[in-house]
Amino acid sequence: MATLHAHPLHASPTSGAWPGSDPTIAGLHSVTKKYGQTTALDNFSFRLVPGEVVTLLGPNGAGKTTAIRLLLGLIAPDAGSVRVLGRDPRDADARTHIGAMLQVARVPDVLRVSELIDLFRCYYPQPLAAREVIRIAKLEGFENRLFGKLSGGQKQRTLFGLAICGNPDLVFLDEPTAGMDIESRRALWDEVRALSAAGKTVLLTTHYLEEADALANRVVVINRGKTVCEGTPSEIRRRVSGRRIRCVTQLDPVFLAALPTVSDVKQDREALVVTAEAAEDVVREMLRRDPTLSGLEILSPALEDAFLALTSQN
Amino acid sequence: MSANTIALPVPQSTFPYVARIFAKEIRYEFVKMMRTRAFSLSVLGFPIMFYLLFGVSNRHTEFARYLMASYGCMGVVSACLFGIGMGISMERAQGWLELKQASPMPRLAYLAAKIVSSAAFALIIEVALIGLALTLGGAHVTLMESLRLIGVDLFGSVPFAAMGLLISVLVPANSAPGIINLIYLPMSFASGFWMPISVLPHWLQRLAPALPTYHLAQLALSVIGAAEPGRMMPHFQALAGYTLVMFGAAWIIFNRSEAKA
Repeated sequence: MATLHAHPLHASPTSGAWPGSDPTIAGLHSVTKKYGQTTALDNFSFRLVPGEVVTLLGPNGAGKTTAIRLLLGLIAPDAGSVRVLGRDPRDADARTHIGAMLQVARVPDVLRVSELIDLFRCYYPQPLAAREVIRIAKLEGFENRLFGKLSGGQKQRTLFGLAICGNPDLVFLDEPTAGMDIESRRALWDEVRALSAAGKTVLLTTHYLEEADALANRVVVINRGKTVCEGTPSEIRRRVSGRRIRCVTQLDPVFLAALPTVSDVKQDREALVVTAEAAEDVVREMLRRDPTLSGLEILSPALEDAFLALTSQN
Repeated sequence: MSANTIALPVPQSTFPYVARIFAKEIRYEFVKMMRTRAFSLSVLGFPIMFYLLFGVSNRHTEFARYLMASYGCMGVVSACLFGIGMGISMERAQGWLELKQASPMPRLAYLAAKIVSSAAFALIIEVALIGLALTLGGAHVTLMESLRLIGVDLFGSVPFAAMGLLISVLVPANSAPGIINLIYLPMSFASGFWMPISVLPHWLQRLAPALPTYHLAQLALSVIGAAEPGRMMPHFQALAGYTLVMFGAAWIIFNRSEAKA
């Protein structure tokens, strides 16, 4: 995507480059944020490196939206500090290089898509051309429609378009695909990948694990305002040990449970599901003992299982 | 901060860039108010409809001139209270205001757009009323009177914009229309928007000078020689005082909620 050019990023000369450490484009440092009695974020630290796509993953109420709102300067932390592009995000200048898609955003129904884009473009000193925004957000054909007359997916795409109007270096997407059908969701994934390919830094929150798996370089799992763990999607998946062997067999479940590294045996309709660390060895043993064994499948744990296991631990 | 960070050069807020934001913000705010039928039909429609009913039926009388001035005040108050008070309160509830706050839009541009658009509605209403008075109302209106009436309406938009702003920070979106009507209807009645204050019950006449709408009505009525006897300066001062108090209160409440957020 040649037209989505990145702004030149200047490392601040005063901050003193630390050998081996990546530069931070945005971060929360030991941030605590409370709403009355509830602690939304509890001594939470987090940073974004230029060019990466990071997913904040967590159940409802984990503190994902609070983190985004802090990074956008919409709220102030009770303790700790928030820095975006070397500044406090509450200062309007820091926001000229940021784009955002918020969870509860309803745009006035009576403005046209092209008018909304025109309005948002004028807020930024170096905006993308309007036709570029329309092309990237796939809004061709309904530029002149009123926002209120759009379908759910088209509305989300318009909001995505508003997020990229300023040709931002850093894009925050708070549950961008909430309420979208699978087709629109995949279309939006392509748009996020295009942003990433153009060198933008993207932070998105989601409760669709599939989405984190499909898009993120790095996943940060949070729950109750604290980081549970972070890593690449496959690293997160590996946190839950063992693979699942599903097959139709006459072997006794009690016998299977006694095999080395087997952690769980479950009946699933006509088949058995065996969870084991050394899946190959277990399968070899099962095939040797049961020549009638059929319908064999070996599954890696889904990110979903990893996520449930991780967030239920604490 | 310990790790090295990325900082961008401070973008210079040049005058043309900021002026463009104000211009676009005002333009789209006005378009939006116009296309929001619930707003534009009632704010424009009520004073015009009432003039057709009560102004035209009193044609060739002083009352046809009176209502031209007083319904113009009604236009100012309803455009500002509904346009700004309900407008901001609804946009906050919908998340549109927050999305704008996450952008580099200057807050003042948002506020200015609301005030200018509401004042534009007040202007349209007054021009329509003058046109109706001259034609169907059979009234004599000089050009000077027309310009002075419009001037009073534009000046009057400021205190009621401040009141709208105060309402927007105090009242949640779903109860805003009801609360605004509760404030606006009795106030407009007690201030002589509907009939001269001299025919109202005595206790209401005593109460009227406490209302900002009374001072606006007196300024507008003085243009056509229908004001209560007395100097006009205290009315200007009262409206200026109301403006300061309401803007100040809105500012304090807004900053408090910001600090808590």
